Amino acid sequence: MSDDGTQHPLKIYYIMWIGLFVLSMFSYATDFMADGALRTFLILLFMFIKAGGIIWIFMHMGWERWALKIAILGPPVAILVLIGLMALESDYIEGSRIENYGESTMEVVSPEHH
Amino acid sequence: MSEAVMYSGAKEALGKEGLIEDWSRDKQVFGVPWGKAMMWVFLLSDTFIFSCFLVGYMSVRMATTDPWPNPSEVFALEAFGYPVPLLLIAIMTFILITSSGTMALAVNMGYRKNRKATFWLMLATAILGASFVGMQIFEWSKLIEEGVRPWGNPFGAAQFGSSFFMITGFHGMHVTAGVIYLLVVAFRVKNGFYENRPDGYKIVEITGLYWHFVDLVWVFIFAFFYLW
Repeated sequence: MSDDGTQHPLKIYYIMWIGLFVLSMFSYATDFMADGALRTFLILLFMFIKAGGIIWIFMHMGWERWALKIAILGPPVAILVLIGLMALESDYIEGSRIENYGESTMEVVSPEHH
Repeated sequence: MSEAVMYSGAKEALGKEGLIEDWSRDKQVFGVPWGKAMMWVFLLSDTFIFSCFLVGYMSVRMATTDPWPNPSEVFALEAFGYPVPLLLIAIMTFILITSSGTMALAVNMGYRKNRKATFWLMLATAILGASFVGMQIFEWSKLIEEGVRPWGNPFGAAQFGSSFFMITGFHGMHVTAGVIYLLVVAFRVKNGFYENRPDGYKIVEITGLYWHFVDLVWVFIFAFFYLW
């Protein structure tokens, strides 16, 4: 049996909570960085740490038995295949659009704030 | 000779009855209450739904030749005379994190059988969730007023609007459902509904799973839609 959560000390929840705040501030801070590989890397890094923490601590996955861990965390790996296939396909579509219709001539306006 | 007899050596029902017998064999795999296992299975299926939306968004964003609107500018709000990028989105993120913390504490208090604390923490979680939805309504109204539609917008590629309304709308619907779910369970905790039940306050943990999942999805939406 997985433990029933009665004996978890509150401390770990407080640490996780504060950690989420700090990491979200870091995430938000990436918006002020110049676009580039470093920014993309940091967005993904903070995202995965936050997601992992929520699943492991807040959703108690860290305390569950392997039967449940594998059953729930295994299948989403298939999404990586979908991401890969769709990225290849979309890249191809963009290329053929430019080849056949040329670059976009769309005129855009900048958002105004009031 | 039926296969069922071959494998088990016992005389077993065939056909429809055999099906029912096989599938209700009661061999436990997951050492958790059934409600918790089912909630996890539901969340797994929800993971796939949100993944499909996000992968769809990735596809249209990659395939369009039109410039993609800059979310940092589109979602900026004016504060102290300056446009602050993603201001409201940042506030919404922190509200959701705060509600995740109160929910985690509610689960812990539930297991300690502290009904009063569990009720108030769950109520706080629900109020924070409702305020998140309120801010999302404000965000939607603002964008609609500025001319963003599912089929086009003045700031760039048309696919921006369709992805935005689809993804945040579906997430907002989950938050709304979560608020209702939280309120129902919170008031049942307060009234002592779970006092003499075999699974006791495990329902609080199951509700918590759903709520943390909503927060989890927001982490991905924030990274992929607003920051990327």
